[in-house]
Amino acid sequence: MTIKLMQGNDAIGWGAIAAGCRFYAGYPITPSTEIAEILARELPKVGGKFIQMEDEIASMAAIIGASVGGLKSMTATSGPGFSLMQENIGYAAMAEIPCVVVDVQRLGPSTGQPTAASQGDVMQARWGTHGDHPIIALCPTSVRMAFDLTVRAFELSEKYRTPVILLTDEIIGHMREPVDLPDIKTIHIPEFRVTKKEGEYIPYRNEPGDVPPMANFGVGYRYHITGLFHDPQGFSTQRLDEIDPWLERVNTKLEKHMDDIALVEQDRVPGASLAILSYGASARTARHAMKLARARGLKVDLMTLLTIWPFPEAQVEALGERVERIIIPEMNLGQLAYEVERMAGRKKVRRVTRANGEMVTPQMILDAMES
Amino acid sequence: MEKHILEAHGLEVNEGQMPSENWFDRSETLQKLRKNKKFPTIWCSGCGLGVVMGALIRAIDHLGLKNDEVALVAGIGCTARMPIYLDFNTLHTTHGRALAFATGLKIARPDMKVIAIMGDGDALAIGGNHFIHSARRNIGITALVVNNATYGMTGGQYSPTTPIGGRATTAPYGNIEAPFPICDLAVAAGATYVARSTVYHALEMDKFLSEAIAKDGFSVVEAVSYCHTAYGRLNRLGTAADMMRALKDNSLSQTAYGNLSPQEKANNTKIVRGNFINIERPQYTAAYSNLITRVQGGEK
Repeated sequence: MTIKLMQGNDAIGWGAIAAGCRFYAGYPITPSTEIAEILARELPKVGGKFIQMEDEIASMAAIIGASVGGLKSMTATSGPGFSLMQENIGYAAMAEIPCVVVDVQRLGPSTGQPTAASQGDVMQARWGTHGDHPIIALCPTSVRMAFDLTVRAFELSEKYRTPVILLTDEIIGHMREPVDLPDIKTIHIPEFRVTKKEGEYIPYRNEPGDVPPMANFGVGYRYHITGLFHDPQGFSTQRLDEIDPWLERVNTKLEKHMDDIALVEQDRVPGASLAILSYGASARTARHAMKLARARGLKVDLMTLLTIWPFPEAQVEALGERVERIIIPEMNLGQLAYEVERMAGRKKVRRVTRANGEMVTPQMILDAMES
Repeated sequence: MEKHILEAHGLEVNEGQMPSENWFDRSETLQKLRKNKKFPTIWCSGCGLGVVMGALIRAIDHLGLKNDEVALVAGIGCTARMPIYLDFNTLHTTHGRALAFATGLKIARPDMKVIAIMGDGDALAIGGNHFIHSARRNIGITALVVNNATYGMTGGQYSPTTPIGGRATTAPYGNIEAPFPICDLAVAAGATYVARSTVYHALEMDKFLSEAIAKDGFSVVEAVSYCHTAYGRLNRLGTAADMMRALKDNSLSQTAYGNLSPQEKANNTKIVRGNFINIERPQYTAAYSNLITRVQGGEK
């Protein structure tokens, strides 16, 4: 066992290597750049490949291309770059190409405050690209969890043929903690792809909730991949009897597997009528506030969402039925709160928001308990 | 191939370059045009894109490549629909990004022949940045740019290669922006093989395409075509046949251009056809492979 002091961005880089990521394309941007730096150094050592592209649009395109070619692929960026990637994230969702996109959130909009933290991309991670589409977004709350969720992001991406957003923030990315990482040789993600030719292959067969496996290019199944609506063979179509089954399958393929996808941590006390619900860096403030409140004799539940998209509706709905009030600290003007309000009702929700680059403080949460 | 046809195109009789007698029976490419895809194509009758597709098939066939070894990557536009009809690994991507997707694919599969098929708007307006950077890296991708000087799919807007004065739906009083010289741009940016032909000179295009695909480096072939339904109509250039004939009349070979006097060269307005550069420079994926060997050998 070796305990190392490292920052979240380093842990993400090591998590990617451990998960079998063998291609990274990116463009420098604060506060995500360390991820590119560590992978530029480490990927060639394991036979992987790194490229610094001409912009974030190209980076996103390149990881999709490499994934089609058979490599587990990742990019990392922050707000402005994440905005540029949106069109091709939609392409990956449409064409069902596995890939991992790390967004180390910084204060926006626009150039905003590059070195200040934020959770302002919550809704962009869900709806940043045009059209209805499935997406997964995971939010780590510590350096160790940044490693674990990066590995998990690759597994979910491969398993469900979808882009996965690792939605972290400047605080987790640059915070240094002592961590004991597992030996990367012990981490194995099962192979979900078609890697050799055997019998007939239908790239986009349509059964509700189904995830047909992806064949890598060059395996021997010469098929067509497009961002247009497509039939089971991958050819573009305008026929409703081909579009509707596709919509049904793709937009249920995550919801039908929420038992596997929804990662939610709960710290409950019997008889609690109050809960704090949070994610990412704000979850650390939430935990601190919970401890202070419990020390004062208050019965407070804590719920931490590690998966924020698809939204863990069942867990949050159950929380809403159990408690009278849910306090939601966020480093934005209230984004995930919309989803909680949808499940628990507006009257139960208290937003604690801060969108100036500073963290929500435990005292702000305690004040909300009393208001 | 008939000798008079070769002579008409100014080509030497080179059996190696031409299909042999039983070419159809031997050709995996031609036998496997996608049978399960509905033809005809989406292209207007008379469009030059069919000629380009034919040249591409013949070039790949000439090189004896297996269909599995070839990937076609395209962006958006009339030209970018070409891969759908061809039985290779085909990736139809977002507007302007064919080369960026192709870059990832080529790095993942350096053994594969990756060909990016783009129109002038796709390659040089929205995708211009990827075009110059792919050339700078000298990554082993062939960029086939079909230049019809307009945005055909959206109905005839001016493109980065529309000539000054050309009319377009978004240049109703004539275009005032200077066009990009595609081949000069490619050479300046670092491409190691650059050639231009037209859809009238189909055999010459076969030859350039097969050389470009064989090249281990970033290769560019500009296929000058036309759009009779949009650009041709707006500029009263006649039928598809008229525009095809104009490519014959308004172009000259590099050799013929070389024989012009300095004064004639300065005044030349014709399209110059030829192979403008064919040089060796380290290819990106080979350089990266060397890097991996160095790093794994313990280099710090």
